[in-house]
Formats: sequence, structure tokens, C-alpha cells
Amino acid sequence: MQYNPADTYLQEAEDLLAEIEEAALSLAGEKPGGERLNQLFRAFHTIKGSGAMCGFNQVAAFTHRVETVLDLVRQGSIPVSNTLAEAILSAKDEIRALLAAGQPGEADARASTRDLVALLDGLAGAGEPAPKSASKPADAPHGTGEVTWRILFRPDPDLMIHGGRPAALIRDLRSLGECQVSAQTDRVPDLDEIDPERCYLGWSITLRTGAGRDAIRDVFLFVEDGATLEIEAVPEGSSAPAVRAPRPRQGAATCNALSRESTVRVPSERLDRLVGLVGELVVNQSRLAQAASHAGAPELAGPVEEIERLVAELRDDVLGIRMMPIGSIFGRFRRLVHDLSAELGKQIDLVTSGEETELDKSILDQLGEPLVHLLRNSIDHGIGTPEQRAASGKPARGVIRLSALHTGSDVVVGVEDDGRGLDRAAIRAKAVEKQLIPADAGLTGKEILNLILLPGFSTAGLVTSVSGRGVGMDVVKRQIDALRGAISIASEPGKGTRISLRLPLTLAIIEGWLVEVGPDRFILPMAAVAENIELDRIQRARNNGRNIVAVRGELIPYIDLREAFGLPGSPPAVEKVVVVHHEEHRVGLVVDRVLGTHQTVLQPLGSFLRNVGVVSGSTVMGDGGVALILDIREIVRFAQRQGKRAQP
Amino acid sequence: MITETSNYITFKLGGELFAINVHRVREVLEISRITSVPTAPAYLRGVVNVRGKAIPVVDLRLRFGLPKGVDTVNTRIVVLELELDGEAVVLGGLADSVHEVIEIEPASIEPPPQIAMRWRSEFIQGMGKRGDEFIIILDVDAVFSSEELVLADEAAAGNATEAA
Repeated sequence: MQYNPADTYLQEAEDLLAEIEEAALSLAGEKPGGERLNQLFRAFHTIKGSGAMCGFNQVAAFTHRVETVLDLVRQGSIPVSNTLAEAILSAKDEIRALLAAGQPGEADARASTRDLVALLDGLAGAGEPAPKSASKPADAPHGTGEVTWRILFRPDPDLMIHGGRPAALIRDLRSLGECQVSAQTDRVPDLDEIDPERCYLGWSITLRTGAGRDAIRDVFLFVEDGATLEIEAVPEGSSAPAVRAPRPRQGAATCNALSRESTVRVPSERLDRLVGLVGELVVNQSRLAQAASHAGAPELAGPVEEIERLVAELRDDVLGIRMMPIGSIFGRFRRLVHDLSAELGKQIDLVTSGEETELDKSILDQLGEPLVHLLRNSIDHGIGTPEQRAASGKPARGVIRLSALHTGSDVVVGVEDDGRGLDRAAIRAKAVEKQLIPADAGLTGKEILNLILLPGFSTAGLVTSVSGRGVGMDVVKRQIDALRGAISIASEPGKGTRISLRLPLTLAIIEGWLVEVGPDRFILPMAAVAENIELDRIQRARNNGRNIVAVRGELIPYIDLREAFGLPGSPPAVEKVVVVHHEEHRVGLVVDRVLGTHQTVLQPLGSFLRNVGVVSGSTVMGDGGVALILDIREIVRFAQRQGKRAQP
Repeated sequence: MITETSNYITFKLGGELFAINVHRVREVLEISRITSVPTAPAYLRGVVNVRGKAIPVVDLRLRFGLPKGVDTVNTRIVVLELELDGEAVVLGGLADSVHEVIEIEPASIEPPPQIAMRWRSEFIQGMGKRGDEFIIILDVDAVFSSEELVLADEAAAGNATEAA
């Protein structure tokens, strides 16, 4: 099965368009710089950026204009009006129509597109004294010297063995103009005679284009050997209706129907529900096993064992659905880096590592967009042209490293370039200019770098089709926040920039250490736990109340869970300290007993307990009790807040 | 405003008789082992296993500002199906005892009194009358509105510090 980034883009765009509609409809009364405008802007920005990447150039060019208008509105140069809201809605409809028409390249602009472009440029002109040129040359050839061609192409059956790709040829044809393709299946043999490496299909294509016969023939340049290729011009008028009819839309629908057969897009709630049900099944299965062994009925042993095996298999499969290697989204970035670096005259290699690192599907789904933004920033702003790089003594080819790595209970995804690095002085100056910070603000180097995460910040002097306008990092920050992750920025002037995204493994299944404090049981994620040590009263007393324990010469601070959580009961004479990783440090958690390792199905606590950060989920134990799964990062934060309150 | 005759399930809290529309009640359970949730507000007693799922249990006494009670053999968990902020939520409410299902006509329901209430009046939908006994009809959505839970973490942190 071939992964097609365009499909993902179409799905993403559909969601964004819905968001745009909602925002545009409630735009009345919005002030410049308001959240709704920012939301609109971000949505259009993403449609533009990803559109350019997936080859929807017409959509990208059109969306760029909408963005220009919105930027002026955001700055307050254009007032918020009904006309504006109408224009945004029409633009949204137009983008949807353009997307539905498939990938028509950029030759034939629709009349409605041109009308809207004029309207948008009019709006932009009202707010901007010097409007940009009203239309791109690409819009121009409409209606001038276009001819309809009928093409018949029956490739050599060995086409694919020689490396030819019919779909690519047809795509190239589409880039010449409006195109209708139908497959000739008359030479396809019976199923048992089919050799999957041979091409039995032929295509008849109706193409309307301003390009000449030679341009069309060029498309088939490398595949003419052994093929039948007929190209004939159709006299104007005779078959034009076939081309003019709104067929492309239908064609696109057929394509989608075909590609959807192999994958099913399932709402994640249904997957969550399935996981929840399997979780219940696992719990009840173990109760059943217990009951069966108590009953001492040998005839039950067989079926119970069989059910145990089936349930375990079912659990692994269901959970496996949600876990995917991050490499599945890395793939689509190669094209992005290739296309954008070519467009900008740069030479950039993308080096990836850690593709096998597995993450929950729901996280992966939301990780694509922020990574696209980060890569675009690196390509556009980070890495210079070969000449610029040579001048600073670097190899002409730049390198972007995209990596993924498990650390503790997190996954760290890094985007690193060997470009010019971030200019702290320029960032600071820009932030002051944009009134994001006071001119005399005392900031550390790291704090200055973090300014680029603020909405409305931009260091790029000019607006390019790739990125700029500073929406990128703002979007990234929000999306990573939504995943309960964290961003850190490191940059050395002249050497490069590294942006690390630390993401939690909100897994449905969790392998952990089961511990007990008073009457309650908790689970600590296995990946975070380094070791368990004992802590007796004498040791505790020796520290004069400082919560520090020595582990082979290293002093480790610890948090007493009974104290921190206010749990009842008195501690046993010898307590256990579970040493866990927290970011780069080690922290001890004091518990009464460590009961052992435990593999369990994690259930979210639900929205009612959403604000309880220290607990990331719950699980039902074999005896019917509930154990809570602790979030180590949140516990450390909670204990720090407590400490601050205790000593004001 | 209540305009239809409905069935209500009645329960007691600190000597008062309360009622909740049966449509919102999934089941009534005997109290079982409740696991406390660290840092959650005091009125959140913890979570309990209901058919393989951990559901939150709210101590209704504390929620209404009544003094904390002691669990007895009569203590029950009323499992409710609610919609909070557009999301379906299953929650348990802890009651001193659960009594019966009764029918109350709108005619015998009065709006909640504005003053002289021992409990929090914003949780009350109306006052039903049966014989010479008053029944407080609860607005369950208000009782379990998540609005006040926003600061749960902070409030609990404060309590824990005081306790330490």
C-alpha cells in the first residue's frame, strides 16, 4: 500500500475549512489581533503551506492572497466588516472547490477564482498603499490558443519493469491543462494469468492545453519504446463539451473511493472505546481465571486457558492498531525538503533517525503539522544558499536532522539544522518592536529564544511562500501543548538550531511498577523507573528533614508520596524509594511497599478529573480494586509548588 | 422549571430528603472499596470500579457544604449518567441512604427558596412536597458542573499543605 500525502492533506484541509467557516461566521465585532483572526490566519496558513508541499499550487497561490488580506486585518489596516466575512467564506468555498477538482496544476485558473482574487486584491489594496501585482502570469493563458487533444497511450507491458510509472505520466499531463483520463482495460487477462509486474492497461486522455504537440510528446519521451502513442488535435467545438462538463469532480470522487478501500479512517473515539472494552475484557478474564481455579472444575481449565490466549492476542492487536512507528510520518517530509530547497535554490539533505520509535497513533496524527512548520523554518530561515554557506566556511549542502528517541517515559523528536542559528539580538529587538516585551526586560538567552513561540512574532524580513509572518512557531507551540508535550529551543549563532519536542507516551497499555502507600495502590511507568532502594528511619532522621537520599555516592532528592498526597496511615519501619528519571535528573518517590511489575490497560480518568494532573489514568486490578497511574513530571511540579507554599 | 410529571429516586443526606430524576440514574450500588485520588478536592472521595471502569465518586454531603458523615451499611453510590460540557460522563454520588422511586407532579413542586437554606441553593431545581414532607429536587447538572473543578488541583494543594 502506497502512502499518499495528498490524501492526508485533503483530510486536514477539510477540517481546517470547517474551522474557517465557523470562525468567519462569528467574526463580527472582532478586534485587530483578536484570537479569531489569529485562528483564521493559522488555518489558511496551514492550507497554503501543506498545499504547496503536496502539489496543490493553485490552492497555495490563491490562499496566499487570502492570507495577505487577513494579515492586514490583523494589523488593523483593514476593518472587520461583513464584506470581509463574506469574502473569507467565498474564499473557503473556492478552496474546497479547487481541492475537489483534484490536482489541476496551475495552468487553467477558474473564472470564479479570478473573480475572488480580484475581490481580495481590492480589499488588500484598500489597506495597503502599494498592492502587489494583481495576477500571476500563470493565470494568464486562460482562453488563449488552447486546443483539445485526444491522446491514446498503450504502454509497453514491461513499462513498470523498466521503471516507468504511468500515474506519474498522467500527473505530468495534468500539469499541462485540464485533463480527462479513462483506462482501457480490454487487454487485461484473466486473473490467474496476470503477472503483477506487467502493465496491461492503456489510457485514452482528453487534454485541453495551450501547450503544443511537442510538449505533450515530451511527457512520454522515455516510455515510447514498445508503446502505442497517438496524439491528435480535436477540432474546436466537436468534443469541447466533454472537457467543459464538470467531470473532474466525479473523477476525483472515484479516485478517493478506490484508495479508501485499502484503509479505513476511523474516528479515534471508536478506537478508544474498543481499547476500553478490551481493557474490561482483560480484567474480567483474569477474574474468570481466578474463579475457575477456585471452583476446581477441571473441565473449565481448557476453555479458560483458551480464552486467556485469545484475550491476550486481541489486546495486543487492538493496542497495536494505535501504536505506529514515527517513520510513517517521516516519509512525507523528504518530498517537502526536496521541493522547498529546490524552490529556494538551496541544497539540503534530510537525515532521519529513530524511525522505529513507536508512538500512539493519536499523537502521530497531530505531530505532522508542527513538524512541517519546523522543517519549513529550517529550510527557509535556517539554512542558507550554497553561496552564503561557502562564505561562512560551511559545505554547500546543508543538513537537517530529524530524529526520534525514547527517553524515560517520553519520546523526544528533534529537528536540527546546521544553518546560521538564531540571532538573539535580532529576536530581542523584534520582540521589543512588536511590544511583546518591555525594552528593558532582563531575559536569559533561553528566554529570548522562547520569544519566537509567541503569537505574531516573526524574524523573517520578507514574506515568502514557504513560511514567515511568525505564525509557524505559534502554531507549533499550541499543537505541542495540546499533546501535553514541551518545546525546547537550542541555537548557536553560525552553527545551527535544534528544536526538541518532548512528547508523552500516552499509551493505552502501560508497563509499570505497582507500589502501595497506605491503603492505595499506584502504578509508576516502567520506563521512568531506574531502581528501588530501601530507606529506614535512621537514614531519614540523619538528614534533618532534608528529603535527600544517597545512592552510591549520588545525592537524590525524594518526594514522600504519603506526605505529598496527604494519605492516611503510618509508614513501615523500612520504606522503599523508587528512583525515577525526571527530565535529566533522578528523583526518588517514597512508598510503603513495591509490589512488583504490572502490565495493565490504561483508562483515561475522564473529563471530570481532567484537572488532576498527577494521575494520568487508572486501571482496574484483578481483585476489583482501582490503581491510579502516576504522572512523574506532574508529581515533581506539584511537590515543587507545595515546597514553595510551605516556605513563603 | 419543572413541567412534567416524572419519577424520582429519593435519598437522604444529613437527615434531609433529596430527589434525582430517574432518567439520570443508571444504578445504585452498595459502597465498595474507594480509591482516593491525590490532589483532588475533598468532596471527590475517589474512584471506584463499576463493571471494569473506574468512575469518580463525589461525596454529596461535602459537595453541599454539609459536615462529613461516616459510611454505614446504608451508604450507597448512586451511579449517574450526565452530560458535562457536551461530554457524556458517568459519576457516582455518595448518599447516606437510598429510599424509593416516587412520582412527583409539577403542581406539587415549588421553586427553591432564596434564603434560609442550609445547603447550597444553586444546586436545587425545586422543592417537592409529599404529605407534609419536603423533598429537595436536585439539579444534577449544576451539582456536577466541572466549572468549580478547574481549581481542584490548586485547592487540594492548599489543603495538603495545611495538613502537613
